[in-house]
Amino acid sequence: MKILAIARNTFREAVRNKVFYLLLFFGVFFAFSSRFVSMLSVGDQQKVLMDVGLASIHFFSVLVAIFTGINLVYKEIEKKTIYNILSKPITRLEFVLGKFTGLALTLLVALASMALLFFLFLFVTTGSFAPRCLIFFGLLYIELLIITSLSLVFSSFSTPILSSIFTVTLYLVGQVLWTFQEFKTRLHEPFSRYVATALYYLLPNLDKFNVKNEVVMEMELSGGRLLAAAAYGVVYVAALLTLAVVIFRRRELN
Amino acid sequence: MMAAIEIQGLEKSYPSTFGTRRIPVLRGINLTVEPGQIYGFLGPNGAGKTTTIKCMLGLLRPDRGNIRLLGRDSNSLESRRHLGFLPENPYFYEYLTIRELLGFTGRLFGMSPAERKRRVEEVLRQVGLWGREETKLGKCSKGMIQRAGLAQALVQDPEVLILDEPFSGLDPVGRKELRDLVLSLKHSGRTIFFSSHILQDMELMVDRVAIIINGRLVREGHLDELISRSVRHYELVVEGVDEKAAARAGLSGERRDNRTIIRVETLEEVNSKIRAVQSVSGRIAAMIPVKLTLEDIFMREVGK
Ligand SMILES: Nc1ncnc2c1ncn2[C@@H]1O[C@H](COP(=O)(O)OP(=O)(O)OP(=O)(O)O)[C@@H](O)[C@H]1O
Ligand SMILES: [Mg+2]
Repeated sequence: MKILAIARNTFREAVRNKVFYLLLFFGVFFAFSSRFVSMLSVGDQQKVLMDVGLASIHFFSVLVAIFTGINLVYKEIEKKTIYNILSKPITRLEFVLGKFTGLALTLLVALASMALLFFLFLFVTTGSFAPRCLIFFGLLYIELLIITSLSLVFSSFSTPILSSIFTVTLYLVGQVLWTFQEFKTRLHEPFSRYVATALYYLLPNLDKFNVKNEVVMEMELSGGRLLAAAAYGVVYVAALLTLAVVIFRRRELN
Repeated sequence: MMAAIEIQGLEKSYPSTFGTRRIPVLRGINLTVEPGQIYGFLGPNGAGKTTTIKCMLGLLRPDRGNIRLLGRDSNSLESRRHLGFLPENPYFYEYLTIRELLGFTGRLFGMSPAERKRRVEEVLRQVGLWGREETKLGKCSKGMIQRAGLAQALVQDPEVLILDEPFSGLDPVGRKELRDLVLSLKHSGRTIFFSSHILQDMELMVDRVAIIINGRLVREGHLDELISRSVRHYELVVEGVDEKAAARAGLSGERRDNRTIIRVETLEEVNSKIRAVQSVSGRIAAMIPVKLTLEDIFMREVGK
């Protein structure tokens, strides 16, 4: 499978570019956090540690997603290694899917390693195991796939710096997109309302994937909500990849 | 027979810096490469060689014209299945070893593991990298990169090879090895299209040459034709005539030992000079047609 060959090579590049060194940072950070947390009263320990752990996993994995996504795609074009791929019987669709699959695999390994460390520290510090966190990790993974697809789209036509700025901006907007709905009710002019509505549906609504509070506070999480989030993620990623393919097809490689 | 490469009316322009207009780079290229030929694509810097080659591989979209590779439109995937390509100044993933690069290339062609292993070994030997295949590409010398690039172009044993400046970065030994390799590929029926401005390398191996200048082909043909049709002048070497007698018979030329070397422009003139030599009982020791070299042709066309 040609897509898998490209995916495998992308993953290998991530590994050899020492992307996973970032996990070391996370490990050290989390080790200190759990030392600190163990000084708290026993009742709070688990909640605080989960809160800190999940938030930092979120932060570090988003960092990996943005960094590898932009770096690995842009470099391929800039260094012209893409010639070696596209001068073979490989379609641009296969190229985009291969890159995406490789990045998805990289993120899966990064996230799984952090999750493992998290469960380990949690168990050692508090003696408890919190399987509910798996829900958080699952949704976070979908969010990461959206971010990496965004970076794929941007770096298919833009420079790494601009791509990073675009991706980070959309990520931040995505976190607070739900406020647009609130905001809309205050707009009176129909045109502005249309724009607000359009943006609400167009921009990535990443808040859908953040269930940290629900997981930590052991609040009710309906299966319907999770399913809707997953479906939204799949559709959104598919749309972004389609866009990336369209851009790549039109693009000339100088 | 179906042509290996057929380019018709190829035109390509690039947008100017501010995108306000388009600057023509290829202005109607037509050429045909028959199977089994070594075809040299010659031109000064900026003539449009790389642009033509990128159009052939579908990396650039031509403004006009069409390109067929082994009878298939160059926009089709199928056309690239039997094509090997060495880019100009190739750059490969620094983090891969030479062997890994070749393995990756084999996978892109969908080769089976066994076939891949066999071919990778074969091409490593062909390009003289056998024994050095575990070197990371980031640590390769320029010549090694060039060889690795050639190896990845050969992995799937392509019918047609397109090489953009394959000689650049190679030392004289490397150049000789590359020439031998290209000739052996030709003998096994492959077609090789390559660009270069190293004229000696061309002269020693190509069947046909196209000279591209400023986006147009100014000369195209069999190397022998191009060169033999271009006899520049003849040199007559005359013996047995002393200097004074020679001058009197109108046979002035460069004196060397007891010979006179006369420069003659046309065949007519050659014949009349021969009669003059005989009239003073001299002897023709040699008649040498002085041909143009590719370099002369090239310099003349560039100078226009
Ligand atoms: N991406 C681009 N944008 C604008 N102009 C370009 C671009 N690429 C090439 N050109 C121009 O097109 C012309 C032909 O370039 P090309 O690279 O095809 O030349 P070449 O014959 O391969 O030269 P060389 O021997 O130096 O490799 C040059 O004038 C170059 O400046
Ligand atoms: Mg060039």
